Amino acid sequence: MSVLTILGILPLLGALVVATLGKSDARRAKLVALITSIITALYAILVAVGFEIDRPGFQFIESREWIPTFGITYGVGVDGLSLVLILLAVILVPIVILAGWDEAESGRWSAKTFYILILVLETMMIGVFAATDLFLFYVFFEAMLVPVYFLIGGYGSGERIQAAVKFLLYSLFGGLLMLASMIGLYVMANDQIGKTFDISALSRLEISSTTEHLLFLGFFIAFAIKAPLWPVHTWLPDAAKSATPGTSVLLLGVLDKVGTFGMIRYCLELFPNASRTFTPLIITLAAISIIYGAFLAIGQKEIKRLIAFTSISHFGFIVMGIFAMTTQGHAGAALYMVNHGFSTAALFLVAGWMIKRRGSSMIADFGGLQRVTPVLAWSFFIAGLSGLALPGLSSFVSEILVLVGTYTRYPVAAVIGGFGIILAALYILIPVQRTLHGPTTPGNENLTDLNLREKIAIAPAIALIVLLGFYPKPALDLINPVAETTIAKVGFTDPVPTMGSER
Amino acid sequence: MTVFNTPTLDYGALLPILIVFIGAVIGVLVEAFVKPAMRRFVHSLLTPATLLVALFQVIANRETVTTTAAIGSVVIDGPVIIAQGSLLLLSLLALLFLLDVDSFAPEASALPGSEEEKRAIASGKQQTEIFPLMLFSISGMMLFSAASDLITLFVALEVLSLPLYLMAGLSRRRRLFSQESALKYFLLGAYSSAFFIFGAAFLYGYAGSITFPEIRNAVIASAGNDVILLIGIVFLSVGLLFKVGAVPFHAWTPDVYQGAPTPITGFMAAATKVAAFLATLRIFYTVLDGALWQWQLILTGVAIITMAFGSIVAIAQRDVKRMLAYSSIAHAGFLLTGVVAFNKAGLESSLFYLFAYGVATLGAFGIVTLIRDGQGEVTDLNRWAGLGKKSPAIASLFALFLLAFAGIPLTSGFIGKFSIFSAAYEGGLQSVVIVGVLSSAIAAFFYIRVIVLMFFTDSSDSSVSVTLPTRRSSIGVWSAGIVTVALGVLPTSTLAFITDLAIFAR
Repeated sequence: MSVLTILGILPLLGALVVATLGKSDARRAKLVALITSIITALYAILVAVGFEIDRPGFQFIESREWIPTFGITYGVGVDGLSLVLILLAVILVPIVILAGWDEAESGRWSAKTFYILILVLETMMIGVFAATDLFLFYVFFEAMLVPVYFLIGGYGSGERIQAAVKFLLYSLFGGLLMLASMIGLYVMANDQIGKTFDISALSRLEISSTTEHLLFLGFFIAFAIKAPLWPVHTWLPDAAKSATPGTSVLLLGVLDKVGTFGMIRYCLELFPNASRTFTPLIITLAAISIIYGAFLAIGQKEIKRLIAFTSISHFGFIVMGIFAMTTQGHAGAALYMVNHGFSTAALFLVAGWMIKRRGSSMIADFGGLQRVTPVLAWSFFIAGLSGLALPGLSSFVSEILVLVGTYTRYPVAAVIGGFGIILAALYILIPVQRTLHGPTTPGNENLTDLNLREKIAIAPAIALIVLLGFYPKPALDLINPVAETTIAKVGFTDPVPTMGSER
Repeated sequence: MTVFNTPTLDYGALLPILIVFIGAVIGVLVEAFVKPAMRRFVHSLLTPATLLVALFQVIANRETVTTTAAIGSVVIDGPVIIAQGSLLLLSLLALLFLLDVDSFAPEASALPGSEEEKRAIASGKQQTEIFPLMLFSISGMMLFSAASDLITLFVALEVLSLPLYLMAGLSRRRRLFSQESALKYFLLGAYSSAFFIFGAAFLYGYAGSITFPEIRNAVIASAGNDVILLIGIVFLSVGLLFKVGAVPFHAWTPDVYQGAPTPITGFMAAATKVAAFLATLRIFYTVLDGALWQWQLILTGVAIITMAFGSIVAIAQRDVKRMLAYSSIAHAGFLLTGVVAFNKAGLESSLFYLFAYGVATLGAFGIVTLIRDGQGEVTDLNRWAGLGKKSPAIASLFALFLLAFAGIPLTSGFIGKFSIFSAAYEGGLQSVVIVGVLSSAIAAFFYIRVIVLMFFTDSSDSSVSVTLPTRRSSIGVWSAGIVTVALGVLPTSTLAFITDLAIFAR
């Protein structure tokens, strides 16, 4: 049994233990969930240490027959990219559980159910990144929607039900288009090499040009909805606003990454020719996303929606980096996925605490928190600065890599993306100034600062933001080989700079 | 004087059908000779025993392949074994609900609201004829899926339909409504039978024979007038499409599903589809395969319209039985894609889909029988609000069945959809696959709405609670739930079984 399988089973076991607890035993449910997620995270780090950076291809492979009638296998394995994303997921889960210690209590159902859902979701997040069988990936991709749907609808606030339904319908629609494409691939594989869903086997299929384009679109639309890319982003602000802060962190931090991860792993590797054809269009959409998300973020009056729109802008950068088809762009995009995960997590968690303390999520209701709650204010500030890609914080490295990588091939898009950075300063600094600085406005005088539990929860996120800002090498070491092989598979080589230093 | 040869019958191969038929006849005798107070009890032993014995005989016959079991009128082959096995299993499941809930009129002949009826209710009577009627219907379905000439097919069609018309009118509550639906079902069914026999006559005129193999030979040789063949195909298809509830012959479905006693609705939805689709598959795959060009396009159109129509109209429904009726129309469309795929994968996936869908449907209707207030079942969806809070287990099971209908992974519905769409894709019908997935997306909308209603909407005063399910119904809904998940997670053995057997004998 592969270590990845064990890793995936751990949270599930925790969920089972939680399920046996009494209904009113919320405290124990929390503790079991927290301990399970910490063990999972530690185990994942242990697994990552055993990962050999220099070896190409997937590692920790396991492949068993699952439904041989259709050539479906239970196939798992990781390369550098999926490994960092799994690490991102398993590190965020304990942070989320600890940070939102009480957030399950206001829900429609018991806290017990909340933690079962979170742990089941963790298993699926590990599975979706670890799958090397397209069918298995699809199963996780779709099944993941169910716990998230109940997490938003059952424990969120405001118009949570509408938001949950909107999220589910958008995702299902994309997923079903992907199913059609997947069936197409399966039938073609059946004709050419026999029934299989193995990704590397599928990537060797010979597909006629028109078919390839259509199949590519099926996958791409599904991932673009997930990511989300303009113009199919509208579910995200609603979902992020209505969900609990913890759920939003997992939604923006990990689930949305499945979209961008899927673009790299599936769109580019399975359909290299179609990817080349659609690149200009997708780069355009990405550029629009960057600017559109940024402008709408500036206009938001509500903190959670603001963060959601900043994410749309950031996802624009990630997609641009992926489809710039240069190794820098790719490495930047992959690193961005991780960095965005941590900085958005920090932003969202701190915002959640602010909202809980003040009882309002409108930016206008806050003011001068710096004086009253310095630790909270600093945490928000640092997370925000990472969001605007301040040098020394993690997002800076990835944003520069994306822009450099894009500029060598698509200078106009890179310049537009550059404007995104300026707008980022606006959409982060304006709310920071309004909420944290200036005189303490009425209603905010008696807010309490972060307690020990909250400090422990936010510390690893902030630490990782700073660490990856100064020393991104460990993550880049994992990511770079994948970026190079993917670019080579799509058939691109990095453009040589026309103006070298030795003119 | 002409010599009359006694027909040789292969009783072993025909035994499952005969057992059910004999069970039905004994059931009628029970009605005649057993004291009223004892009848229900006797039936509750006789009916399941009959079905079980027949099921064992089907299993014993699983290797049998013969086209001469009844001088060429009946064919027993792999698909028939699977269909008969599915039919018996589904009927056993349906029986759990049939036996459990008092869904049937105390005295069907008493006028609704009359003194006579009140007396019947007071005396605690129950119409117990449903059990032999059900057995007759099942034997008709088993014969329908095995028929190998047009007359046997027609007789089987009537044997399966007539008891259903009656059973649809036997509801205990809202009796006028139930009788109205039975009348509608009967009239439209009679029309479709007429179309069917008309088509059969044309096919006879074209081929000069009523047996499937000879019609097939005539079609391949294109021996006669093509117009007559085409008319024959069209009218025969009308009869078959009516039974499966495909658009534009679906009009009876919502009314009958809503009016009929709920356990009967579940039985009808699950079992009739199996029989009707197997006959459809046999006719189009092995009889009219030479005329593929004539029917594939029309049937593709019907499949597309059926999927889209069922999914779209279901959105507007406020009644859970009507919603399930429209969902069953949409599923008939999905199943038709298996027919038009015209390849072995199409046959296999249809057989799997029929069983998986049947189990989930019975489970769903079984739950509908449990959701009641003082006056009986409550099918108004708005009154289901908050069910998830009051009885989380039942609501979760219902959600599971809905997710299976929607085709979410890890349920049987997903494997079914995947296999049937890949068969259609393999058959070169990409457009059908696209419409199929888009309809699935639309269909997901109303399934999710019901889930929202049950779990996320607060219950109001008019909300209902679940009658505590008795042992039989709980076994019914839980086993349906377990099968639905099992077929979604580990479908291998079932799929392998179907793959081995799914070859039509000609």
